[in-house]
Amino acid sequence: MAEKTYREALKEAMTEEMERDESVLLLGEDIGVYGGTHLITDGLLDMFGKKRVIDTPISEAGFTGAAIGMAMMGLRPVVEMMTWNFSFIAADQIIQNAAKVRYFSGGQVQVPLVIRGPNGGGVQLSAQHTHSLESFYGHFPGLKVVAPVTPADVKGMMISSIRDPNPVIFLEAGALYGTRGEVPEGEHTVPFGKARVAREGSDVTLVAYGRQVLLCERAAERLAEDGIEAEVIDLRSIRPLDEETVIESVRKTHRAVSVQEQWRYYGVSSEIAAIIQEKAFDYLDAPVERVSGAEVPAPYARNLELMCFPSEEQVVEVARRVLYQEV
Amino acid sequence: MAIRETQRRHEALGLDEDDLLRMYRHMLLARRVDERMWILNRQGKAAFVISCQGQEAAQVGAAYNLRPGYDYVYPYYRDAGIVITLGMTARDQLLSLLARAEDPNSGGRQMPGHFSSRELNIVTASAPIGVQYPQAVGSAMAFKMRGEDGVVLACGGEASTSEGDWHEAMNFAGIHDLPVIFLIQNNVYAISVPENLQVAGRIVDRAAGYGFPGVEVDGNDVLAVYKVAKEAFERARRGEGPTLIEAKTYRMTAHSSDDDDRRYREREEVEEWRKKDPILRFKQYLHGAGVLDDAKEREIEEEIRAEVDEATEYAENAPYADPESAMRYVYAEEE
Repeated sequence: MAEKTYREALKEAMTEEMERDESVLLLGEDIGVYGGTHLITDGLLDMFGKKRVIDTPISEAGFTGAAIGMAMMGLRPVVEMMTWNFSFIAADQIIQNAAKVRYFSGGQVQVPLVIRGPNGGGVQLSAQHTHSLESFYGHFPGLKVVAPVTPADVKGMMISSIRDPNPVIFLEAGALYGTRGEVPEGEHTVPFGKARVAREGSDVTLVAYGRQVLLCERAAERLAEDGIEAEVIDLRSIRPLDEETVIESVRKTHRAVSVQEQWRYYGVSSEIAAIIQEKAFDYLDAPVERVSGAEVPAPYARNLELMCFPSEEQVVEVARRVLYQEV
Repeated sequence: MAIRETQRRHEALGLDEDDLLRMYRHMLLARRVDERMWILNRQGKAAFVISCQGQEAAQVGAAYNLRPGYDYVYPYYRDAGIVITLGMTARDQLLSLLARAEDPNSGGRQMPGHFSSRELNIVTASAPIGVQYPQAVGSAMAFKMRGEDGVVLACGGEASTSEGDWHEAMNFAGIHDLPVIFLIQNNVYAISVPENLQVAGRIVDRAAGYGFPGVEVDGNDVLAVYKVAKEAFERARRGEGPTLIEAKTYRMTAHSSDDDDRRYREREEVEEWRKKDPILRFKQYLHGAGVLDDAKEREIEEEIRAEVDEATEYAENAPYADPESAMRYVYAEEE
């Protein structure tokens, strides 16, 4: 296995799928000559031509709708949102159409569509570029929602997304495009709805997805220095959600902290806490706690921004709290 | 003299008497099914009706150019005339109205008027208006990418042109010279809001802004609509790009069974337009052209009544879907 960046893994998955299947094509703003504002599609125009790498007008609802129309006819469009924040403009197309066409056609039509782009913050782009939209899109039946964090998962889940006959919301950790990891060569798929145990431990379960998985791993290192063995669960997929892996871990550790970058209320972490109390209540030795972003629109200044996201310290502190080891 | 002129109109369009009678039947069937739906609604048997009445000429005239199952159509919720022209039946409409299991559009999952047929390439419509246009443009792009000569007919009312999606779609279609026809049925009202508060300038003029032709047509004259649509379809098939058609017409009923149009428009105005009823006009043309006489007219009327009666009875006796089936078709199976 070669070491590759998150960005390279993403491009590799799309390239391989485009080589394998002629119906796969890319649509988005600045994805052609420019190679994407995050350079995810760099070089793909030269490889596949402008019929399959389509620079669109600045028109999120327009090109998302067009992709739905293509998908209904059997093409497999992969749409780049320059950032997921711009998808609010296309939300009706995504939620009211892509997610419902199959149902409203009584199963006659499918929409094999992938919409991908950077999600969340951490790179000083302020609140209108910083939303974490996993609970927003995760709320709607008809959509599949994934948020991989390792380059290997990025490749495997992108291939799975392109091959899936449903609309997939592919939430990339934008702040991690340059991070590296081992990536399997060639055919590598990661199924949806299967969480990954990122680190094994027996004392407390830390549940996260996307960028916060790395935060939890660092927090687990710190806890380990004091002899606390934290298990880190990377959800990978938000809808469908792998409840079983979370429950299994909590049955072992009896304690859980759920970490998310998005705001506290109505988030994925609340969902995790609810599932744990429903399905592992008798195993719990402490209340499930949440670590979330601060309840403000994300600010621009680095120091202010850092204040608003979950920190390693917070995770360590809350993990100690559920272990009744507060200092 | 008058007769010879009218004869020349349809002959010049390459339509024979069978075509004319077929178009007339489609229009009349759409109307009679619609009227029956209102009765069923007032009897408390149907939750919701949305009407095509007054727009049958615009719909049938345009749709008569479609190749069923090859071209694509994105109808809006008034387009019963379009889907009937493509081959949907009175039974299909009534099964949908009464939300029975056998409803071919959605199996009772979507409201009436939101037509869907994989076989006929009829794409299910969205309730928020205007969002079908970008999708239609995407389908047109798929035709172009595959090198096929399919055409996409995308329909809506005048109010849908106020939505950003319409403009985004027009722009995209113009950039890529796509085989798509935007058929705007300007029926003067968007629920209660009249055209003068909905549309700045003229809809048809907007096509020029996107670099393709716009044509205005009398939407209550089925042959006039057929003619401009035919030219638009031919243009699209030749790879010359999109056309905007604005068909001027009038919504003869309230917006839907849930509103009372006496709150926002005068009865006199509605009565004036009833005199311009597209079915009445086409009937007069057919009489003038010698295609229809009183006996033939009655015969067709009787046939359609029998068809609507049979469809009503069938739909009323058809079973509802098993409640458990509500959970089906959210996701496609993995391939």
